[in-house]
Amino acid sequence: MAPPPPQPSPVKGEGVKRNLLWLQAASCGGCTLSLLGAEGPALNAALDAAGINLLWHPALSEETGAEAMAIIDSCLRGDTPLDFLCIEGAQLRGPKGSGRFQMLAGTGRPMTEWVRELAAVARYTLAMGSCASYGGLCGAAAGPTEPCGLQFEGESGGGLLPAEYRAKSGLPVVNVAGCPVHPHWVTETLLALALGQMDESGLDRFQRPRLYADHLVHHGCARNEYYEFKASAEKPSDLGCLMENLGCKGTQAHADCNTRLWNGAGSCTRGGYACINCTAPGFENPGHAFMETPKVAGIPIGLPTDMPKAWFVALAALSKSATPRRVRENAVADHQVVPPVVRKTGLK
Amino acid sequence: MSRLVMGPFNRVEGDLEVTLDVADGRVREARVNVPLYRGFEALLYGRSPLDALVIAPRICGICSVSQSVAAAAALASAMNLATPDNGRLASNLILATENLADHFTHFHLFFMPDFAREAYRGRPWFPAAEARFKALQGSATADALPARSQFLTLMGYLAGKWPHTLSLQPGGSSCAVETAEKMRVYALLRAFRDYLEKRLFGDSLEAVAALDSVEALEKWAGQKAPESSDFRLFLEIARDLNLNQLGRATDRFLSYGNYQEEEGRLFPAGVWDGGLNPLAVETIAEDISHSWMMGPVEPLPPAQGVTLPDLSRTGAYSWCKAPRLAGKVVETGALARQVVAGHPLVRDLVAKEGGNVRSRVVARLLELALVLPRMEAWALALRPGGPFCAQGTLPGEGRGVGMMEAARGSLGHWLEIHNGRIHNYQIVSPTTWNFSPRDIDNVPGAVEQALAGTPVGENETEPLAVQHVVRSFDPCMVCTVH
Repeated sequence: MAPPPPQPSPVKGEGVKRNLLWLQAASCGGCTLSLLGAEGPALNAALDAAGINLLWHPALSEETGAEAMAIIDSCLRGDTPLDFLCIEGAQLRGPKGSGRFQMLAGTGRPMTEWVRELAAVARYTLAMGSCASYGGLCGAAAGPTEPCGLQFEGESGGGLLPAEYRAKSGLPVVNVAGCPVHPHWVTETLLALALGQMDESGLDRFQRPRLYADHLVHHGCARNEYYEFKASAEKPSDLGCLMENLGCKGTQAHADCNTRLWNGAGSCTRGGYACINCTAPGFENPGHAFMETPKVAGIPIGLPTDMPKAWFVALAALSKSATPRRVRENAVADHQVVPPVVRKTGLK
Repeated sequence: MSRLVMGPFNRVEGDLEVTLDVADGRVREARVNVPLYRGFEALLYGRSPLDALVIAPRICGICSVSQSVAAAAALASAMNLATPDNGRLASNLILATENLADHFTHFHLFFMPDFAREAYRGRPWFPAAEARFKALQGSATADALPARSQFLTLMGYLAGKWPHTLSLQPGGSSCAVETAEKMRVYALLRAFRDYLEKRLFGDSLEAVAALDSVEALEKWAGQKAPESSDFRLFLEIARDLNLNQLGRATDRFLSYGNYQEEEGRLFPAGVWDGGLNPLAVETIAEDISHSWMMGPVEPLPPAQGVTLPDLSRTGAYSWCKAPRLAGKVVETGALARQVVAGHPLVRDLVAKEGGNVRSRVVARLLELALVLPRMEAWALALRPGGPFCAQGTLPGEGRGVGMMEAARGSLGHWLEIHNGRIHNYQIVSPTTWNFSPRDIDNVPGAVEQALAGTPVGENETEPLAVQHVVRSFDPCMVCTVH
């Protein structure tokens, strides 16, 4: 058995608050808006449990303009310890490496410069969402904005910060990837870091917290019976499996959306549409239309990553021929047209 | 004369910098700069048209569904596709959930915390404002945030998730609702109603919606103590600080109309300019004379628009374009929507005082009272078992337009398909209207006009009155400069 991984020491001192600074780079703000929806407990309570003091957040804090800059300057001077630096949104290096596509308002300086300086003093640096992690949607076409993530550019290590970058804790950038993030991916990651429950072994190869990235969207998908029988949806609103025709990547996507659920009750596949693998670098350019499954010789190319292809094809052929009428007919309807049979005797 | 540069201007959605020229204790001229360019229109070029349903909502995390609705409508018009009743009702419910959540978030988290600032200590209402709305600490954070989260559970049931759903399709909704979800949706709406009636209004939604004049509003406000409800507290603050005399802009209002009913829209489209005029869509044009944008000096209609950056443009100071309606500056948002729709209270507010900090906030809260009861009716009208999503085919060549109302006002998507791909996609967002820079005639945008004349205290570096005016528009900068 492998020895237990070394545990990073938690921030010392009972009752000492850990400061969190949140900045929005080139973002839609969606990760913040998602985070505000934290439940059980709500955001404030989750931050309290982690002993986190929200030093400044663009959507929530009172301070504006010079008042806000005084807080940021104090972190840079070292007068205020910066325990958690959370960056939402892509780093825009354009045009021509100048960073001028995003200036931090009121400062006349590119956001990329502020982020670099703050990352040098932060105990933990976190990328909030896929834009901050890998560049994300801003990179959906080659263009002048030159987007990248904090420590990645797509799948390649090294973004605004080099691959060797380590925050003061010794950890690289923690990529809470997703478009947007699930609020609890953020709160649980912050709790785990603050309480000394996560070290580098808690991150996967794209530096995503394994607490949610070691799952697949497929797990707990409400369409699993349709998947088993390869009973596929043919058009939006059909109940069947979305993988064969409608572009779903749930069997490959690293996230726990269908076991954790969104907004208390949903997920992409429960909402009737494909998982587009938004926690992965490069999701914005799947190489095909998002809502269509590319096929070779009638077989979807995006098969489960850890299953031999021949087995998949053989099982699919077998299960298709064994599909019950109920599953086959419901798969192409937008509501259940054939309910499960009620047996006269008790279950055996 | 002195110059003030305010930024980062927070508690707005996205990046904003405001430059003020101040003389004799008042703003003489204001310039709003939106210092971020992401280039969404360029991202859409060459993609499969339906990819717009993935990309467009990611323009904005706070009005993501609005972008989806506009994109789906543009695609539907290119496909000549009609939505079945269930799809229409589900789309209305999803859109209304976002719009009301946005109004709610703006009031509690973005706008009201300014009245809990130290500068107002000593005002009679200050203890109540501080206890309730102090940023991050006030009791509103403790009860309004969970109420908002619970309300957004509607998105879990109706749209899979929020923000960034893909359930809104050209033909309706991919998320067909069955009886269990329908009942849950109705229960969640009633729970949110309960919060609004007890905490926000201190009265029934119907009583608030029935207020029909400024006099009736003020009389209603005086019937109970200001601390008895958040709306009454705001009205008391507004009275004390004369917020009805702050932040007047053009008093010309635009609404594309919203929420498709069986016939027409719940709130119809139009332009209010002291009287109601029809909306002439063909007179919309975008001016880039003061924007870091490439292109001709003459304003272009959106369908012919281009959105490519050019930092070297002389005289430019923002990434925001300057949309104009028949060459004129207009204001859009809840106040515009309700004055166009003819709500008697809003018509009276605009007639007596025009657009100002108080009337904008009143109109926003009024919409909570007006729309939630409609949502309850829409939910009950859903017919499980009936179709939710019509199917169609995309043309290889074609054009489409999607026009609707986001929480912050009029949003339009203009789509051109060529060889089965997106050939041009232009978006004109609500805050692009409100926060536009100057145009070719050097006429300032709506907020720039609203800021002129705003008082600035002698030692104020971040003038509070300026903050009230800017936030009264509930700006969404990320949409502005997609």
